[in-house]
Amino acid sequence: MAAASISVTESPPVLYALRRADDALILGHRLSEWCGHAPMMEEDMALANMGLDLIGQARELYSYAAKVEDTGNDEDSYAYLRDVRQYRNLLLVEQPNGDFARTIVRQFLYSVFADAYWRAMTNSRDATLAAIAAKSEKESAYHVRHSSEWVIRLGDGTAESRKRAQAAIDDLWSFTGELFHTDDSDAGLIADRFVVDPESLRAGWTDAVTGVLQTATLACPSKSWMQKGGRSGSHSEHLGHLLSELQSLQRSFPDATW
Amino acid sequence: MVAADTSDSALRARAWAAAAEVVDPEIPVLTIADLGVLRDVSIVDGQVEVAITPTYSGCPAMNMIALEIELALAREGICNSKIRTVLSPAWTTDWMSDDGRRKLKDYGVAPPQSGGGRRALFGEQQVACPQCGSLATEVLSEFGSTSCKALWRCTTCREPFDYFKCH
Repeated sequence: MAAASISVTESPPVLYALRRADDALILGHRLSEWCGHAPMMEEDMALANMGLDLIGQARELYSYAAKVEDTGNDEDSYAYLRDVRQYRNLLLVEQPNGDFARTIVRQFLYSVFADAYWRAMTNSRDATLAAIAAKSEKESAYHVRHSSEWVIRLGDGTAESRKRAQAAIDDLWSFTGELFHTDDSDAGLIADRFVVDPESLRAGWTDAVTGVLQTATLACPSKSWMQKGGRSGSHSEHLGHLLSELQSLQRSFPDATW
Repeated sequence: MVAADTSDSALRARAWAAAAEVVDPEIPVLTIADLGVLRDVSIVDGQVEVAITPTYSGCPAMNMIALEIELALAREGICNSKIRTVLSPAWTTDWMSDDGRRKLKDYGVAPPQSGGGRRALFGEQQVACPQCGSLATEVLSEFGSTSCKALWRCTTCREPFDYFKCH
């Protein structure tokens, strides 16, 4: 018998934590798909390591959400027993791995944001969120450095690597506007300085990203139309496929452990 | 309540000593006390509570370490202990003891170097080879066999080695 989905009471702090946890879990899962398939051993380890950091961050954020929601849901039920429309992650992080350049560019666009975001969140008035931010910030610094160096190598590399890196930037660019998304649910948390307004990080993110792209001799896309929907559960077709893999064991064998 | 205080502090000392002997399952020459993973031991209503902190958010050794602490305490006759994970303050390699750094180096892992910039791209960092001491070394991968290590190579003796990242 398949396990049914849970219901979640999405008060502002719960929804806030689930959005960030889902970003980390889904991107971490995408990176884990490279395990055993990366172009070289070192990168196989690097991608798996970063995936592990992200899944660790997701666990902390889910546990925080569970404590605040206080209805019996826990980190496992959030991850394994919510359907695609209940997931709140950015569209960017669910995009398929594609080739190595696409995975690196996706990681770069996300990590530059996450690094500044968690650094700012270390000043949260919520002690638990500040503690999670302090750990995540340290880890994201490595992710930024790793992905930035690769963007430069690929962009300023061979004609082939440059072509692939530019194609990845062009394709993924329209998913970056959602990084700065806020809605009514966030407004009170931002006003109370529990969470950071991501809009305040936009200029820094743009500078950091365009700086690396310039060094990489890659063109920064000029299009300004941006995709959105992930934060409210309207996802691309890719997330359902990802969740079917992520959740299949717990859905088919409820509460299975080993 | 002098008697209770004394017995609590004696229990705490015994519990600390037992927990401090637990080694990291991935770097078995280091104890969790050397690493700074062991944060606190307290007695709450007669029950031993041990606080540990993860090195990295996703460190898979934490469950194992918690289990090992419970076993170490049970061997001391302390049952019913509680292991708590604390996130703040965030773990840093600055907490690694000098003894821990020496043990790491003897084990063949280059100890963390303070002052290594985490943000500089293609950062030039000097890490001495733990085998021959040469400073002619190069990074092979920022990410090594565990979250806390990077993979380096000595260009003098040609040995690859793990570097315990400054965090």
